[in-house]
Amino acid sequence: MSLVFAGICPHAPGITGRAHLADPAAKDRLYGAFDQMRYALEATKPDALVVVAAEHFANFFMDNMPAFSIGMADSYQGPIEDPDWLGIPTTMVPGNAELSNRLVDEILQTVDVGYAQEWKFDHGIAVPLNFLTPRYDLAVIPANINCQGPPLTPPHRAWAFGEALRRAAEQVPERIALVGTGGISHWPATPDSVKINQEWDRQILDQWVAGDRQALIANDDVSSYLQGGQGAFEIRTHIAIAGATQGYERTVTYYEPIPMFAVGCALGWAAI
Amino acid sequence: MSLYYVQKFLYNLNRDDGVQAQFRADPRAVLAEYDLTEEEIEALLGSDIGLLFHLGVNGQILMHFAAFEQIEWADYLRLMKEGIEKHGPVREGVYAVTGYGGVPARGEPVPTTDTAESGKGAMA
Ligand SMILES: [Fe+2]
Repeated sequence: MSLVFAGICPHAPGITGRAHLADPAAKDRLYGAFDQMRYALEATKPDALVVVAAEHFANFFMDNMPAFSIGMADSYQGPIEDPDWLGIPTTMVPGNAELSNRLVDEILQTVDVGYAQEWKFDHGIAVPLNFLTPRYDLAVIPANINCQGPPLTPPHRAWAFGEALRRAAEQVPERIALVGTGGISHWPATPDSVKINQEWDRQILDQWVAGDRQALIANDDVSSYLQGGQGAFEIRTHIAIAGATQGYERTVTYYEPIPMFAVGCALGWAAI
Repeated sequence: MSLYYVQKFLYNLNRDDGVQAQFRADPRAVLAEYDLTEEEIEALLGSDIGLLFHLGVNGQILMHFAAFEQIEWADYLRLMKEGIEKHGPVREGVYAVTGYGGVPARGEPVPTTDTAESGKGAMA
């Protein structure tokens, strides 16, 4: 039928895995923001949730790295991480291969997306789902943009992928929700792990809210890294959501840098 | 130099219970399937996080190996720093291109960014 929901959220493994080590008040604010997003998502009664993630070598490696890929299976296993380390039990998440197939058919008209009939979730998808579909009762369709193994997918192509997702969602009878996960500034899993660049985060969020394509796609690899670290390459997922929600009003509902989670955490969605 | 295969082994280990069981049972046999140098084999057998980071393994792959080896997060961060102090700058891979930990990328200026080390409350 249409796109019924589109938002952004963080996916850092510390959000669940190191929850007990973070400032409790900050953790509660973030968890509350995730709850708000879940209520907003559920209110749109989606038939499927497409999660546009920046996965981290859970499925795609440099032997054959796609610029974009979409899962096309009836179920997905995850997370691949140790459940105790991530704080999320391993589970089976329902998918919808036939719906994936129809979405891929449409996306391929403009974007050369790969498809994958096997896909194991890592924290890039498992952390958001832990909050957004905690009962794992909604069909999930994973999508990935290469934000990890250079050469990376160019930002303007991430925008085009978002446009293609929107068009595909509008072609199918199902109610499609869309969430982009990742970012914003962080230096994940490196000695710089606690650094967060608030100023740059807020600048990216302003660009996202404004839907400013020119400004968003000007965040090339060098400037993104210098301002926001290796994790900043993941703003491609937010750029895709901006591309998918042109003409709608986007709002950031929460932003807070949480050093124990090693990332500036931002949530927001479009009024559709 | 076979960073590619070090990472490929860790990629397979991270996502595959079967590889994890094989690696616990006979690590040398598993590693023999990859094109690795003796230094890389020793780094993997010894769970030498510092050396693996120095060799250029991406943190998104390395942190899972650290978790697999029951290394706590704070120790994981410390071991990477110690590895750089002991062995020198990251040799290749994404960090040799982007820089890390105050170490500039090869031939690039030191990144200068305003960074915040603590949160200051939520923005509505
Ligand atoms: Fe990530």
